[in-house]
Amino acid sequence: MKKSTQYRLLQGNEAAAEGALAAGVRFFAGYPITPSTEIAEILSVRLPELGGKFIQMEDEIGSIAAVIGASIGGVKATATSGPGFSLMQENLGYACLTEVPLVIVNVMRGGPSTGLPTSPSQGDVMQARWGTHGDHPIIVLSPASVAETFHYMVKAVNFSEKYRNPVIMLMDEVIGHMRARVSLPPWSMVETVNRIIPNMPPEWYVPYERTSMGVPPMASFGSGYRYHVTGLVHDEQGFPTGKSSEARDNIMGIFKKIERGFREVCLVDYHRMEDAEHAIVAYGCMVLSAMSAIEELRDDGIKVGLIKLGTLWPFPRFALEHYLPQLKTILVPELNMGQIYREVVRVDMGRAAVEKINKINGELITPDEIIKAVRGLAR
Amino acid sequence: MISNAELVKKYCRHNKKFPHIWCPGCGNGIILSGLLRAVDGLGLRKDEIAFVSGIGCSSRAPVYVDFNTLHTTHGRALAFATGLKLAKPELTVIVATGDGDATAIGGNHLIHACRRNIDMTTIIFNNYIYGMTGGQYSPTTPHGAHGSTCRAGNIENPFNISALVEAAGASFVARTTSYHVMQLQDLIKKAIRHRGFAVVEVITHCPTLYGRLNKAGGAPEMLKWQREVAVPKNKAAKMSPEELEGRIVTGVLVEKELPEYCDLYDEIIRQAREKAGRGGENE
Ligand SMILES: Cc1ncc(C[n+]2csc(CCOP(=O)(O)OP(=O)(O)O)c2C)c(N)n1
Ligand code: SF4
Repeated sequence: MKKSTQYRLLQGNEAAAEGALAAGVRFFAGYPITPSTEIAEILSVRLPELGGKFIQMEDEIGSIAAVIGASIGGVKATATSGPGFSLMQENLGYACLTEVPLVIVNVMRGGPSTGLPTSPSQGDVMQARWGTHGDHPIIVLSPASVAETFHYMVKAVNFSEKYRNPVIMLMDEVIGHMRARVSLPPWSMVETVNRIIPNMPPEWYVPYERTSMGVPPMASFGSGYRYHVTGLVHDEQGFPTGKSSEARDNIMGIFKKIERGFREVCLVDYHRMEDAEHAIVAYGCMVLSAMSAIEELRDDGIKVGLIKLGTLWPFPRFALEHYLPQLKTILVPELNMGQIYREVVRVDMGRAAVEKINKINGELITPDEIIKAVRGLAR
Repeated sequence: MISNAELVKKYCRHNKKFPHIWCPGCGNGIILSGLLRAVDGLGLRKDEIAFVSGIGCSSRAPVYVDFNTLHTTHGRALAFATGLKLAKPELTVIVATGDGDATAIGGNHLIHACRRNIDMTTIIFNNYIYGMTGGQYSPTTPHGAHGSTCRAGNIENPFNISALVEAAGASFVARTTSYHVMQLQDLIKKAIRHRGFAVVEVITHCPTLYGRLNKAGGAPEMLKWQREVAVPKNKAAKMSPEELEGRIVTGVLVEKELPEYCDLYDEIIRQAREKAGRGGENE
C-alpha cells in the first residue's frame, strides 16, 4: 500500500470509482450504460483485487436489488445508472423505508427516454428527489470537478452509512468524462464512517429502535441478530403494521434522522460572495462556466459571486438565506428547464429577482451567455 | 419426526406476527411447514439461514419464522438474494416466491439466476393465480381456466415452470404438490443440500380464488386433485405423451454438478490478488 499522496490523471467516473473504494465499498452491481459504464469496468477489475465483488446484473432493477441485499449482508455497496435510474426507483424507495445504506451513481444524460445518450444534462434533479413513490427523505450530491468527485464519493458512502439512507451521486456527463490531474490521499488519511451495529445481546435487539442520533443500529444478516426486513410500513420490531401511530413513527423517523443531519449533509461552497450584489447559483458542470464568467464580470466591476451547491437534496436553503439581504439578483444556469430554479424561487420569496438560463439540447451554457445574462440583470 | 407443536415452538416467531394472513385451507402453510421440517432434518442453525421473498400471499412466509428474513419487492427476491449471498456466502439462502412473483414480474431475474448457478434454493408456490391481488390470471394459469381478469377463460398459454428453469440452466429442479408432504420436505432437503441454484416447484391450492373461480371445490377437493394428477418421475418415464396429458410429473427432475458462482468468484479474487501483488490499495 502506498503511504503517500499520489497524483494521477483521472476521469470523473474513475474518480468516483476510486472514491468508492477508498470509502470502503466492496460490492458493486450494475448494468452497462453510457455515460457511466467506466465505473462498472473499473470496479470489475479493482474490487476482486481488494477481496470485494462485482456483478453485472440483468438490468438496473436487479442491480439495486443486489446492492440492497449485499448491504444487508454487511458490505458497503454501490450501483450505477443513467436512464437506468428510472428502473431503480421502486427499490430506491425500498432502501429508504428499510433504511439500508447504499450509493447510486447517476451520470445524467439528456432525456426523456433514450434521449441524448452522450450529451450532458442535469435533467434528473427532481427525479433524484421524488422519483420513487411516496414521501421519503433523500441525500443527493453533485460534484463539480474530478477531484471533488473523489471526495464527494467518500462523503456519499459515509452519509449513507451514518444515516442508513440511500445517497445519490448525481453527476453530469461533463464531470464524468472530464480528465484532470488529481491528488489521491492514502487511504489511511481518508475519513470513513461505518454504520452503527448493535452492541446489545441479540435477545435485546429491537431492529428499528432509534438511537439518540435518530438512526437504528443495523445488524447484518448472519451476525447472530435474526430480524425481519420489509418494505411494508413496520413497527420497531420490523414487522408490518397497519396501526396509524406506528406508521407515523416509521415514516417520521426516516425524515427526522435526515433533518437532524441537515447541516452536515449540506455541502455548499461560496466564491466572492462577501460583497456580492448578484449571485449565480450553480452545481455540477455549470460551476465551471459560472466561475469563468465571474472572473470577467468582476474585472468589469460587477459585484457577482457564486453559491455552489454540492448538495442538492435536502436543499441547502440556509446558503441562500444567508446572502439574500445583500442580493439584488440571482441567476440559476441549468441544463434542464429550471429544476433547482424552482427551489431558489421558493426560498427567495420575492426578495431578490431570480432569473434562469436553461439548455436542454445537449449543449453547455457558456461563460459568455452567463456574462450576458448577469450584465442584463445588473443594469 | 418433529411434532407440529415442537416445530412451531422451535421455528416460529414468538414476538408478535400471529395469526398469519393466509385464508383457511390455503396451501401456503403446508409448504412453509415442509420447509421447516427440511431445515430441522438438515440440522441447520437459525442464524445461518436467510429466508428471502418477493410480494404475494406466498411471499409472506418469511415474516412468521425466526430466521434472517427479507421481504422484498414484487418479483425481485432473487436479485436481492443474489447480492446477499455474494456478500455473505456462508449463509444458506432460501427464497419463497409465487408463480406471478417468480415468472411474470420476476421472470427475468429467475432465468438469469438459473444460468448463474449461484448456491441458493428457490421454492416456487405455484397456485396458478395471483392470490394477493384477488385472483387475476398469472403466467401459469391453464389455458381456458378462469380468473378475475379472464372471466371468459384464459386465452394465454401457461409456463411449465420446471421446464422453464431447466432450460434456463438450473442445476437442480424438483416438483411436488402440497398434498405430498413427505416428498415435499425430502425435495426441499435435497435442494438445500445441492450446491448450486436449486428450484422446487410446489403445485399448491388457493381455494379462496382459484378454487372458487374455477369451481374446483375447497381445499379437500383441490388436494385430492393434486393426488390424482401427480405422477412420480420414474413412473412417468414409462408413460406415453397421451397418458401424461394433464398429469404433473413429480420428483427430482434435474440434478447436475456445475461450477458454483461464489466458488468461481473466489477464484477470480485469488487471481486478481496475485496479479495486484498486494492489497491493491491506493494506486
Ligand atoms: C410492482 C408491483 N406491481 C404489482 C403489485 C401488486 N401485486 C401484489 S402481489 C401480486 C401478485 C402475486 O401473485 P403470486 O406471485 O402468484 O403470489 P400469490 O399471492 O398467489 O401467492 C401483485 C400483482 C406489486 N406489489 N408491485
Ligand atoms: S388468497 Fe389464495 S393464496 Fe392467498 S392466502 Fe387466500 S387461499 Fe392462500
